[in-house]
Amino acid sequence: MEILHFDQISDDAAIVRLSGRWKTGPQLPSASELSGHLDQTPATRRLSFDTQGLTEWDTGLLSFLKSVMRECSARKIDVDRSGLAAGVRRLLDLAMAVPEKKDAHRSTKSESFLSRVGSETIAFIQSAGEMVAFVGAACSALGRLLLRRASFRTDEFKLLVQESGAQALPIVSLISFLVGLILAFIGILQLKLFGAQIYVADLVGIAMVREMGAIMTGIIIAGRTGAAFAAQLGTMQVNEEIDALTTLGISPMAFLVLPRMVSLTLMMPLLCLYANIMGILGGMMVAAGLHGIKPVSYFQRTAEAVGLNDLAIGLFMSIVFGILISLAGCMRGMQCGRSASAVGSATTSAVVTSIVAIIMATAMITVVCDVIGI
Amino acid sequence: MPHTFNSGATDSRKVNGNAPVISVQDLTMAYGSFVLMRDVNFTVQRGDIFIIMGGSGCGKSTLLRHMVGLLSPAKGRILYEGISFFDAAPPTRSALMKRMGILYQSGALWSSMTLAENIALPLEHYTALSPGQIAEIVSFKLALVGLAGFEHYYPSEISGGMRKRAGLARALSLDPDILFFDEPSAGLDPVSAKRLDDLILELRDNLGATVVVVTHELHSIFAIGNNSVFLDAQTRTMIAAGNPNTLLRESQDPTVRTFLTRGKE
Ligand SMILES: Nc1ncnc2c1ncn2[C@@H]1O[C@H](COP(=O)(O)OP(=O)(O)OP(=O)(O)O)[C@@H](O)[C@H]1O
Ligand SMILES: [Mg+2]
Repeated sequence: MEILHFDQISDDAAIVRLSGRWKTGPQLPSASELSGHLDQTPATRRLSFDTQGLTEWDTGLLSFLKSVMRECSARKIDVDRSGLAAGVRRLLDLAMAVPEKKDAHRSTKSESFLSRVGSETIAFIQSAGEMVAFVGAACSALGRLLLRRASFRTDEFKLLVQESGAQALPIVSLISFLVGLILAFIGILQLKLFGAQIYVADLVGIAMVREMGAIMTGIIIAGRTGAAFAAQLGTMQVNEEIDALTTLGISPMAFLVLPRMVSLTLMMPLLCLYANIMGILGGMMVAAGLHGIKPVSYFQRTAEAVGLNDLAIGLFMSIVFGILISLAGCMRGMQCGRSASAVGSATTSAVVTSIVAIIMATAMITVVCDVIGI
Repeated sequence: MPHTFNSGATDSRKVNGNAPVISVQDLTMAYGSFVLMRDVNFTVQRGDIFIIMGGSGCGKSTLLRHMVGLLSPAKGRILYEGISFFDAAPPTRSALMKRMGILYQSGALWSSMTLAENIALPLEHYTALSPGQIAEIVSFKLALVGLAGFEHYYPSEISGGMRKRAGLARALSLDPDILFFDEPSAGLDPVSAKRLDDLILELRDNLGATVVVVTHELHSIFAIGNNSVFLDAQTRTMIAAGNPNTLLRESQDPTVRTFLTRGKE
C-alpha cells in the first residue's frame, strides 16, 4: 500500500493521506512529489492532512512535513494541521518557532574563473601588505626591547631556547649526518674515476659548511619549530589569550613574538655549526669505512679546503633563516582565525612560507656572494 | 588607581554628576560587509551594573569586544568619560586599558602559565610591587573566587567553571574600576553563581567599580542589574533598554517579554 496519497476533494482543497510506517529511510517520498501534484492542480488553496493509517513515525515524517509547509507557504496555500497527531504538531511548532534567517545561509554560487583570479590576486596583495606590516611591528618591538622600554619574561625565554635549540639536536644530528654521508657516497664514486678520492673531503666540507648545513637546519627547524610557533600562537588566538594580553595593554608582539624570534635567531647558528660537524663526520664515515681513507688525512684535507669565509657565509645564512622562520611562524600564528581548523592551516602555511623564504634567501645570498667573489 | 569608596554607589552618580563612564553612540557592528547590529545607543553610568542581554548568537560578545577596544566600530563611536578609545593617543589608551578588567567568555587564561603567574602578570607589568607582595595579592584574589590553594595549577589542569573563576580573579588583579564580564556564571553551579553575584555587588559598592555583564541568567539579571540593553538578532538592533525589573513590568515588546519571563508569556 502507498504511504503517501493525494486526494483532491474539490477544486481548491486537497487532503494529504499518510499511512503505514514513516521511518527515516530511502523508501520515504520527498516533498517534490507534493509540488508535482500541486503543479497539476494550481487552483488548490487549502491543504489538510489525514493520518488515520499512520502506524509509526520519526524524523522522516517531520522533515517531510516541514518541507510541505515551506512549499505551501511559498505557494500561498493554507495548511490545516488539525489532522496531524498532537506530538507531531508540537515538534513542528518547535522547529518553526525561530523563523529561518535569510542571510544566515552562505552564498555558494560559483564564481567565474576571472573573478576568482581577481580575488586571489587581491588577497595576495593584501597578504603581502600584512607581511610588511608584521615585519615593521616586529622591528619596532625589537627596537623598544633594545632601548630597554620593553621586556619579556626570562623564564619563558629560557624554555623557548631549550625548545628551539637543545631539543632539536637529535633530528638535526640525524639529518645532517645522513646528508654528509650521501654527499660523500655520490661524490666519491665520481672522484674515484680520477683516482682523487681524498678530495671528497673538500666536496663534503665546502658543501656542508657553506650551504647544506644551513639549508638542512633551516628546513628541519621550519617544520619543527616554525610550525610549533604558529600552532602555539594560533591556539592562543582561538582561546582569546592574545585578546586578553592586548586589552591589558601588553603588546603580544613584545610578549610573544620577540622572545620566539630572539631565541630562534640565537639558536640557529649554533644548530648550523653542529650540523656542519655532523655532516663532515658523515662524509668521513663513508671515506674511511668504504674507501679506506684515514680519518686523520680526511680531517686535514677538510681543514685545508674549508675557509673561514665559507663558515661565515653558512652561519650568516643560518641567522637569516632563523629570522625568516620565526617571522613566518609567528605571523601565521597571529593571523590565525578563531577555530581549530584555522590553527591547522596556520601551521601548514607557516611551514610553506618559511621553506619558500629559505630557498629564496639562499638563492639571493649565493648570487650576491658570487658577484662580490667570496 | 582612583579608588573612591562610596557606599551606596547607585546614588553616587547623581552626586558626581559627571560624564557617563561609557557612552555608545550610533554604533554599527560589522564583520567585514556582514552587519551584525546597527543604531546601538546607550550609556553606562558610574556604579552601574549594566546588563547586556539577548538571544544566543545575537552579538553580545561582539558588543563587548567593541567596548573593550578589540574591534573598531564600523560606524559610530564609543566614549569613555568623553574620550574616544580609537582616537586617543597611546598613553591615554594604555591608561584606559589599565582601568579595565575583562573576563572573557572562554576564560582566556594564558595556558603556558600557572594560575598564580596569570594573575601576577598584570601586577608585574603595571606596578612596582615586590614578589612577596604580589604573591599575597594573588592568593587573596584566588581566595575571593573560591580557588584558594590552586596557585600552582596550570589552566589545563582545572575544570571549565574553575577556569572561568580564575579568569575573574585575573580580571580583578589590578582593582580595575570598569569591569567587563562575558557570561560569568555560565558553567558555574548555583552556589558559585550566587557567590559571584554577591562579589559583583561588593565590588561595585566598595570599590566603586562599574560593571558591564553579558548574561542569560535571569535570576542574576534581576538581582544585580540596574540598567540594561536588549539586543535582537531579528531586527539587528537594540529593542529595549533600562532597568531589567522595570522592563519586566512595563515592556510591551513580545521578544523582550518572552525572554524575561523564560517564554512563559
Ligand atoms: N570572526 C567572525 N567573523 C564573522 N562573523 C562572526 C565572527 N565572530 C562572530 N561572528 C558572528 O557574529 C554573531 C554574533 O556572535 P557573538 O559571539 O557576538 O554572539 P553572542 O551574542 O555572544 O552569542 P553567545 O550568547 O552564544 O555567546 C554570530 O552569529 C556569528 O556568526
Ligand atoms: Mg558570547
